[in-house]
Amino acid sequence: MELVSPAGSLPALRAAVESGADSVYVGLKDATSARHFAGLNFTARSLAQGIEYAQGRGRRVLMAINTYPQPKGWKQWTAAVDQAAALGVNAVIVADAGVLGYAADRYPDLPRHLSVQASATSAEALAFYRQEFGIRRAVVPRVLSLGQVAALVEDTDVEIEVFGFGSLCIMAEGRCLLSSYATGESPNTVGACSPAAHVRWEDFPDGSLETRLNGLLIDRFAPGERAGYPTLCKGRFRVGDRLGHILEEPTSLNTLELLPALFDAGVAALKLEGRQRSPAYVGQVTSVWRAAIDACLADRATFRPADAWQRTLAELSEGSQTTLGAYHRPWQ
Amino acid sequence: MNPETSTPSKAPRLSVGPCQYFWQKDSVERFYAEISGSPVDIVYLGETVCAKRRALRPEDWIALGRELAAAGKEVVLSTFTVIEARSEMGVVRRFCENGEFMVEANDVAAVRILRELGLPFATGPSMNIYNGATLRHYHRLGLRRWVLPVELGREALKGIRAEAKLADVETEVFAYGHLPLAWSARCFAARYHDRPKDQCNLLCLDYPTGLPVNTREGDRFLNLNGIQVQSGLICDLLPVWRDVVDAGADILRLSPMPQGTLESIHALRRAILGDGAALASRCERPGPICNGYWYAEPGMVRARLAK
Repeated sequence: MELVSPAGSLPALRAAVESGADSVYVGLKDATSARHFAGLNFTARSLAQGIEYAQGRGRRVLMAINTYPQPKGWKQWTAAVDQAAALGVNAVIVADAGVLGYAADRYPDLPRHLSVQASATSAEALAFYRQEFGIRRAVVPRVLSLGQVAALVEDTDVEIEVFGFGSLCIMAEGRCLLSSYATGESPNTVGACSPAAHVRWEDFPDGSLETRLNGLLIDRFAPGERAGYPTLCKGRFRVGDRLGHILEEPTSLNTLELLPALFDAGVAALKLEGRQRSPAYVGQVTSVWRAAIDACLADRATFRPADAWQRTLAELSEGSQTTLGAYHRPWQ
Repeated sequence: MNPETSTPSKAPRLSVGPCQYFWQKDSVERFYAEISGSPVDIVYLGETVCAKRRALRPEDWIALGRELAAAGKEVVLSTFTVIEARSEMGVVRRFCENGEFMVEANDVAAVRILRELGLPFATGPSMNIYNGATLRHYHRLGLRRWVLPVELGREALKGIRAEAKLADVETEVFAYGHLPLAWSARCFAARYHDRPKDQCNLLCLDYPTGLPVNTREGDRFLNLNGIQVQSGLICDLLPVWRDVVDAGADILRLSPMPQGTLESIHALRRAILGDGAALASRCERPGPICNGYWYAEPGMVRARLAK
């Protein structure tokens, strides 16, 4: 099973490689990929250095070009594909059918992975992308249960990559417009969810805190309560007479205990979320998953996640809580 | 644009989109009996949100389609948006193989099936057609009509049409209703009731227009509809229908609601026929209305008062 780690900077890429990632996925410093944050991601120059570093050590670099260009941005997206090919990345990760077609026509030898943002959840959908654009691998949305992932692997000849750890999108990726509804910017259009430019934190004299997104009250924290970033789907809202995390608690996905089952299911690659995280985070999380995958490879039957691994992951998790997400049916 | 000097807008066709909510069978039948006698041109039928909603089986939808077709409506069958299980694919396949009505694909899985069958098809708003190259690709596979993604607006629509340069493709715009914003594995209605999704007891039947979500300050934000999350506000582009048509829309879509759909259809039809006052009252009407996406602003915004 290939371990795919995130990198939003050259130091993070190095940390991922040093900590045992088989592949590192990256994006350019613009709206062409789904982690479009200020100060994050790669220039052509830093990417060239990153590719040299990773490939020199036998690792792969995958480049995400996985947002949906509109007519006014089309040339920027095709330029990103051109750049990926020129720099020699090992694969591009693409969601938009138009961009996939461009990549397949111009660079047939550049491997294409279907981004999670394309929201392909069935063998038929994968067969479509395989036939039309020759995709080799697909990252599947975090909406499938473990049984559904296993059934999908059985029904397709496209390699399946799943999310193993990190921030949890509870919506089908590529099919969530909550962010643009509130702010005008979404993962699909500009690679941003609940973008920082629209966030307002307000402290009150009594120690309480409010978080807003484009004026909308997302959450209000009591004095001393741990406050989180106002990601729309993790706010506290009112439905009827109930107030709470109507959509999702601020938790992270952690599938460490499912690792043997993911092996059994025939999953080809496991992805760690977090291009926006620090090099230290990337290094620590990658190390844990490297050790876990190696342990699983050595003896799947007796595999148990080490307490130390789980402690490390819990400390690095949003809200210090983790969940099995949709892999575990009761979560749904 | 000065209406005195501009060329008159062509008359758009009107459609009733697939019902996003889960209604009892008799409510569905009553609703479409009314639609049958209303001045709409196209009716989309089928369950697009949740596979557990089986008050009508595919055969029932097809039978309903025949009645509407007999009443002169163009009928289109609309498929699931998120397909997770093999059994759900069976329902999609049944629609695709119906042999009578065009199918609206809401996921590429349906496009794959329709392509294999060699059938022309339409695509729904969740199909993520954001540029001309994508539209042209689907067109080569048999696309004859598409719905603009709901987060795109006027300039994007103009740009996509200009890029694609396709004469034999109809463009449809979601013009009235709660916007479909997000889809999940999780059922938010079941979660609200602390029930596992697998034991939801079909509680969506109790919420024929969904469950409103407010911020703690009382701002209407979202609307929960099972595994789907909608805009809390109703997107209303009817007062600016000319602008939507001028940007390239051939068809205006109204999303079914238990109340008011017929009134909206009639008002829009009268406006198209030249009754300038038919929609006037809606422009100034205060209420939970938004139209921001059309103007490339946040979707929840009521961007401007239409003329």
